Amino acid sequence: MDVLVGQLFTGLSLGSILLLAALGLSLTFGQMGVINMAHGEFIMAGCYTTYVVEQLISATGVALIVSLFVGFLVGGLLGAALEMGLIRWMYDRPLDTLLVTFGVGLVLQQAVRDIFGAPAKNVVAPHWLTGGLTIAGTVVPKTRIFIMVLAVAAVIALAAALETTPLGRRIRAVVQNRSLAETSGVSSRLTDVSTFFIGSGLAAVAGVALTLIGSTSPTIGQSYLVDAFLVVVIGGLGQIKGTVIAAFAMGLLNSFVEYSTTATVAKVIVFIVVVIFLQARPQGLFTVRTRSLA
Amino acid sequence: MTTIQRLRANSSWKALGGFAIAAIVLFVLAPAVLTDFRLSLLAKFLCFAIVAVGIGLAWGRGGMLTLGQGVFFGIGAYIMAMHLQLADAAKTHEAVPEFMTIAGVDRLPSYWQPFASAPVALLAILVLPAAIAAVLGFGVFKRRVKGAYFAILSQALAAALAILLTGQQTIGGFTGLSDFHAFFGFRLDDPVNRRMLFFIAAATLLIVVAVARQLMRSRYGELLVAVRDQEERVRFLGYDPANIKIVAYVVAAFFAGIAGALFTPIVGIISPADIGVVPSIAFLIGVAIGGRTTLLGPVLGAVGVAWAQTTFSEHFPSAWTYFQGALFIVVVGFIPAGLAGFGPMARQLLERLRPARTDLPAITEPAEA
Repeated sequence: MDVLVGQLFTGLSLGSILLLAALGLSLTFGQMGVINMAHGEFIMAGCYTTYVVEQLISATGVALIVSLFVGFLVGGLLGAALEMGLIRWMYDRPLDTLLVTFGVGLVLQQAVRDIFGAPAKNVVAPHWLTGGLTIAGTVVPKTRIFIMVLAVAAVIALAAALETTPLGRRIRAVVQNRSLAETSGVSSRLTDVSTFFIGSGLAAVAGVALTLIGSTSPTIGQSYLVDAFLVVVIGGLGQIKGTVIAAFAMGLLNSFVEYSTTATVAKVIVFIVVVIFLQARPQGLFTVRTRSLA
Repeated sequence: MTTIQRLRANSSWKALGGFAIAAIVLFVLAPAVLTDFRLSLLAKFLCFAIVAVGIGLAWGRGGMLTLGQGVFFGIGAYIMAMHLQLADAAKTHEAVPEFMTIAGVDRLPSYWQPFASAPVALLAILVLPAAIAAVLGFGVFKRRVKGAYFAILSQALAAALAILLTGQQTIGGFTGLSDFHAFFGFRLDDPVNRRMLFFIAAATLLIVVAVARQLMRSRYGELLVAVRDQEERVRFLGYDPANIKIVAYVVAAFFAGIAGALFTPIVGIISPADIGVVPSIAFLIGVAIGGRTTLLGPVLGAVGVAWAQTTFSEHFPSAWTYFQGALFIVVVGFIPAGLAGFGPMARQLLERLRPARTDLPAITEPAEA
């Protein structure tokens, strides 16, 4: 029983991390149809923002909260710059955006390596996140619980923003019918940039959260990128609901397979399950008519 | 003779001439001019060029952006590495390769055993990558999963294999397999044998290019381009686009597997770092630079980029990464036809200067899939 609860929590916590990493992608990839390979580097930007902020503000508790906001801003600005500088020219070539943003990712990674050095950096978790809580006889680290709460908060904030704010309405309008939205007076350019800002900002928030569970290195984003893409693909494009379910399903599957085999075999099995799943539902869990991808 | 036939006859003479020149460069000029070290380096680049020919077929012609050619390259390379390790061990009458003894493993894992036999290993190199590509291609293309989905799945496959290999100590783990002494009985520290390896790689590349050329010029090649540009129309004409795509993907995997098998003895080491997501995508840059839709573009691009990387990173290791990133951005973003695109562009300019000719179809950029 304890083992079951423990694996359940590991799975949920992995799911929250995947969810945070994939949430931004479900906007930029799912809704905009842009395959942003630099998304992993935006996650990495969030990690290093946390590191820098912590160097500036020695009170770790304050630093973490400040990092969440600064990180969102840094990631968002990077994303907006990427959209305005490169992606805006390539909306009709989604596969090429993949390679171009991969190039951007390489440059960002190397830039961070040159600025901060290749060795991994550690961020100290605030004192109110040290230790663990005992839930159903299992000790769960408080950092993990914080990440779960953060993931849930991010989903609620994003869903609320898309559903209720004027910007969210514009984003949905442009995704569903670009030309009609334009004739209705929506600036599709401004909407595209804003969508990228939010999506990339969320990637950086994921990065801030990642600093709580491991050290930060220039390649940290890459290790989450492939999984994040799989989550969006399984969830169905442009579906926050699908992304949430897919992230937790993948997290739980991974944690339970990992318990009975090894971490590396679990990765491979998850991949095989994803391919088999796509046999049944090539368009993902939930689908909506959007500008089609390729 | 129609214009097309005349063009075909004309271009096959050109092709023969091209092959003759390439053969002379590879078999006479290069060995005469280059030192043993440089020749071995060129042999390594030729392996990348073999992978590039396959990518040109699948991506340039077929529109399938495969981000996971490292998988097939890796399978070929690792099978060859396992065979070479076992052959070395058999010579010294050891039960297991040296690295396993050091790690404290004294019984050969069962998945190693078949590769002790040279014919089995060679057969596996030829069949296994193609078979895996066929299974994945069947699963993906038959369900009409395409474009971005296919790219992401092929990338995930590369990530999965790299992670799997990194975690398995019995296949060298993170450090991979190295220290091969002989290649099918020929000592690898003998410069004459290393030259031989170069000639094998060069001959393989020429064969692979010839096969790809035949494929591209055949009815199948036209269908492949048709699927890339208008998949639905091809379906309405009564063909199954999935089968056409699977064939191109399988051929690309087959080439990559052979390239990997040659890479192992030439370079002397294979590790997960050579086959993961980043190297798999890096294979694409040479293809993009040379011109993804052409036959020779990928070959020249791959050799050029590999050569530039070696030269650059000897002196400025960090500058190369910036340069590579910039290449992806500039070439893919702004010159998608690659360097080969400048040829037709120049020809078009010349055509414009001359009196108009109406019997040639206009040279247009193929639409991206």
